[in-house]
Amino acid sequence: MADLRTDFVGIKSPNPFWLASAPPTDKEYNVVRAFKAGWGGVVWKTLGLDPHIVNVNGPRYGVVYGADRRVLGINNIELITDRPLEVNLREIKQVKRDWPDRAMVVSLMVPCEEWAWKEILPKVEETGADGIELNFGCPHGMSERGMGAAVGQVPKYIEMVTRWCKANTRMPVIVKLTPNITDIRHPARAAYAGGADAVSLINTVSSITSVNLDTMSPEPSIDGKGSHGGYCGPAVKPIALNMVAEIARDVETGDLPISGIGGITTWRDAAEFLSLGSGSVQVCTAAMTYGFKIIDELTRGLSDWMDEKGYASIDEVVGRAVPNVTDWQYLNLNYVTKARIDQDMCIKCGRCFAACEDTSHQAIEIKPGRVFEVIDEECVACNLCVDVCPVEDCITMEVLQPGDVDKRTGKVVEKEYANWTTHPNNPAAKAAE
Amino acid sequence: MTNSPMTPGIVPGRLPSEAYCENFADLHAPYDGHEAMVAADRCYFCYDAPCITACPTAIDIPLFIRQIQAGMPEAAAKTILEQNILGGMCARVCPTETLCEEACVREAAEGKPVEIGRLQRHATDSLMEAGVHPFERAAPTGKRVAVVGAGPAGLACAHRLSMHGHEVVVFDAKAKPGGLNEFGIASYKTVGGFAQAEVEWLLKIGGITIETGKALGDGLSLEDLKSEYDAVFLGIGLGGVNALSGEGVDKDGVGDAVEFIAALRQAKDVATLPVGRNVVVIGGGMTAVDAAVQSKLLGAENVTIVYRRGKDRMSASLFEQDLATSKGVKIVYHAQPVAVHGNGSAAEVEFEYTRDGSKSLEGTGETFRIPADQVLKAIGQTLDGAPEGLTLERGKIAVSETGRTSVEGVWAGGDCATGGDDLTVTAVAEGRDAAEDIHKSLSA
Ligand SMILES: Cc1cc2nc3c(=O)[nH]c(=O)nc-3n(C[C@H](O)[C@H](O)[C@H](O)COP(=O)(O)OP(=O)(O)OC[C@H]3O[C@@H](n4cnc5c(N)ncnc54)[C@H](O)[C@@H]3O)c2cc1C
Ligand SMILES: Cc1cc2nc3c(=O)[nH]c(=O)nc-3n(C[C@H](O)[C@H](O)[C@H](O)COP(=O)(O)O)c2cc1C
Ligand code: SF4
Repeated sequence: MADLRTDFVGIKSPNPFWLASAPPTDKEYNVVRAFKAGWGGVVWKTLGLDPHIVNVNGPRYGVVYGADRRVLGINNIELITDRPLEVNLREIKQVKRDWPDRAMVVSLMVPCEEWAWKEILPKVEETGADGIELNFGCPHGMSERGMGAAVGQVPKYIEMVTRWCKANTRMPVIVKLTPNITDIRHPARAAYAGGADAVSLINTVSSITSVNLDTMSPEPSIDGKGSHGGYCGPAVKPIALNMVAEIARDVETGDLPISGIGGITTWRDAAEFLSLGSGSVQVCTAAMTYGFKIIDELTRGLSDWMDEKGYASIDEVVGRAVPNVTDWQYLNLNYVTKARIDQDMCIKCGRCFAACEDTSHQAIEIKPGRVFEVIDEECVACNLCVDVCPVEDCITMEVLQPGDVDKRTGKVVEKEYANWTTHPNNPAAKAAE
Repeated sequence: MTNSPMTPGIVPGRLPSEAYCENFADLHAPYDGHEAMVAADRCYFCYDAPCITACPTAIDIPLFIRQIQAGMPEAAAKTILEQNILGGMCARVCPTETLCEEACVREAAEGKPVEIGRLQRHATDSLMEAGVHPFERAAPTGKRVAVVGAGPAGLACAHRLSMHGHEVVVFDAKAKPGGLNEFGIASYKTVGGFAQAEVEWLLKIGGITIETGKALGDGLSLEDLKSEYDAVFLGIGLGGVNALSGEGVDKDGVGDAVEFIAALRQAKDVATLPVGRNVVVIGGGMTAVDAAVQSKLLGAENVTIVYRRGKDRMSASLFEQDLATSKGVKIVYHAQPVAVHGNGSAAEVEFEYTRDGSKSLEGTGETFRIPADQVLKAIGQTLDGAPEGLTLERGKIAVSETGRTSVEGVWAGGDCATGGDDLTVTAVAEGRDAAEDIHKSLSA
């Protein structure tokens, strides 16, 4: 049995699955239910200074559905905790005392002035919490007040606040990043420079999920008006994975621990985040959609997969895929593939044909009897047909071997790796030595 | 209640009254909105979709399903109705298992096709419930066309002609329009007076007058119609039935399945319909299955279909055969009737087993008897009263691809004409195509 125990910047938890700072971690009641269900830790719903904020009193969430009303993404216009600071602190202390083996991280968002951090940090420390997470990510409501994403979008503020926190607490400091920025490496480097123990990402993506075409109001609609909210759930996973990978493979931040967040729904998603360098993972939407019980699938799935692959501990998984993330210019241009359609599996829907004929390279022909075949002379190996085929593994990509002729280019496939940097069409190409 | 399934003879009221409601309820309940979305999501939106080819009216099925997915069931209905104005009835009665759904790639992939028929019903019901008729007539052409027969073929022809701006008069021998939609189709396929509602909805286009109680050959002649109208379309169906030969076939209790079904369809209260304790249905088509199943639903104790060939040769689809057996009907294959026995009224039918001989079906010489107080013949309908002068082919009015008969200015389609299967949807396709051809010749 794989050992799922996790030590993330000194914060220990029985498994790498934490609940992200959000409604599931809003109060003692929820968190205790989560721990009973088996969650490894929580990042408590973001605390602020009193007087506490208020939320809207109408709907806070918008949604994007897939087939059968499967939730693909949720957006929200909820703010940080709307309960008094003292109540939250008291509950945090109690839960940590009752559940000492679980990770208890407290998310914070206070004004961008040192006195505010100096005021709140000792109070949090007093609860016995394991660490703090600086919420520089929230894209709505708080950013207009100079907090959340408003800080997270300016690297020098991130560095400054991180430094204040490091100076004023012994607890590990995790900086939570907003994805609403062009290059995620800059805020990560700033956090690193400020002395952060780790970064966590992503927070939610600025979004409007839909417009009510009768009332012409964005959803969720509050009395006929809507505001941009934060998008999360399965739909944002690819964005999050990329941002995690960018930080993990950046020379400046390569050794900065990462807590991966964004669309984690099954063990597989979690394993992917771990492989791209996340030392722990955080989950919000999946728990909000299906309840805390998904932790059973998450832990069992991860453990079984690790056993199957022979990974004994989480450390052995973390970062395994990072070396394989590279820049486009280093991809091997001598790797040549062709689409292959398995005629026995083909159900003759013709989606590959429509996709390739209308939108790609006219590389699939229809033969009598609705037999779809790839024309090697035209196939650029884009993979679109594979993606749109409803039958798994019916269309696959065959790798041409060195010596084979690529019928499209007429060239013999070479054994040697060659990339854009040395390609004759590249004006900036350096001659291969 | 005094009668039960066990009561001898042919009697009404064999069941408690609630049982009738349950037995004659919708065979496939309509989808609710979410079910429809889930079902629609299964469609792959195939390229040059095989289901379209398999539909005799060539409805753009992937398009209408996508419109349901996109939350526009009424627009989906319009897509359907553009090709098939009786898309509502077809959604209920088409043997989809041998048409569109058989061709569905998900049938090939997993044996579970997209439920095209039910989705079509969802769409057409939405539109009809909204009371919308989505088509408008073109400017009046001043041309008048006579349509004989207000069945699916005649109605589809009339609607398309009216859309093109022609005036249409539809004559039907019966007191109600609809043809077999009204008098033939099994009642659990078209509940709640749908056939008449659909005709009324169809007529909303305007420009169509229906004259019931007017029969060609009985007061109306083709010559008169030809001289009074610019074109004539014949959609008179198959009004006759094949006769059963053999000893005792004129005994009381022996009747035609189509008449039995027509009476059932017209009954205000099915509990008043008499049905035998032991019913034997002879034949292998949709009519045989419908007569047998409905006899059972009326409370007959034993119902047996006897068909002279094998299961695979039966023209009722496997789905229909399974439906029959699931309702408790027994199907005997490879047997042909020899005689009806009984003292004045039928008591038993004697059959002889058959086998496929070298040239044709032959009797094996071995016989058996099945108790029967009611015998329903369903061995095929025939063309009855086709006007003189039209060339016939294999017992039907010979027509071209577009429905032209051998007589100039006269078109025909549906069951009475050659080509295609005898199905509602085929009749609609042929009526529609003839209308297009009539329109072309009137515009020339
Ligand atoms: C019992 C039964 C069950 C069936 N079930 C199904 C089913 O489930 N699905 C399916 O697709 N098909 C089914 N069919 C077949 C389907 O009903 C027919 O194929 C279809 O109705 C043919 O349409 P039509 O317009 O050609 O003829 P019909 O529907 O027969 O209409 C002909 C019309 O012409 C009128 N008429 C006849 N002679 C004259 C005359 N001389 N003058 C004036 N009017 C005249 C008749 O009164 C009638 O209204 C069934 C048929 C039967 C008998
Ligand atoms: C309703 C809601 C409220 C949230 N509130 C907070 C918050 O107070 N502080 C914070 O750091 N992140 C907050 N988040 C962001 C989540 O912690 C998390 O970063 C994001 O939802 C992405 O993860 P997911 O795809 O698993 O949901 C909130 C998310 C949701 C849906
Ligand atoms: S891989 Fe791309 S180019 Fe090749 S057949 Fe598939 S869709 Fe066409």
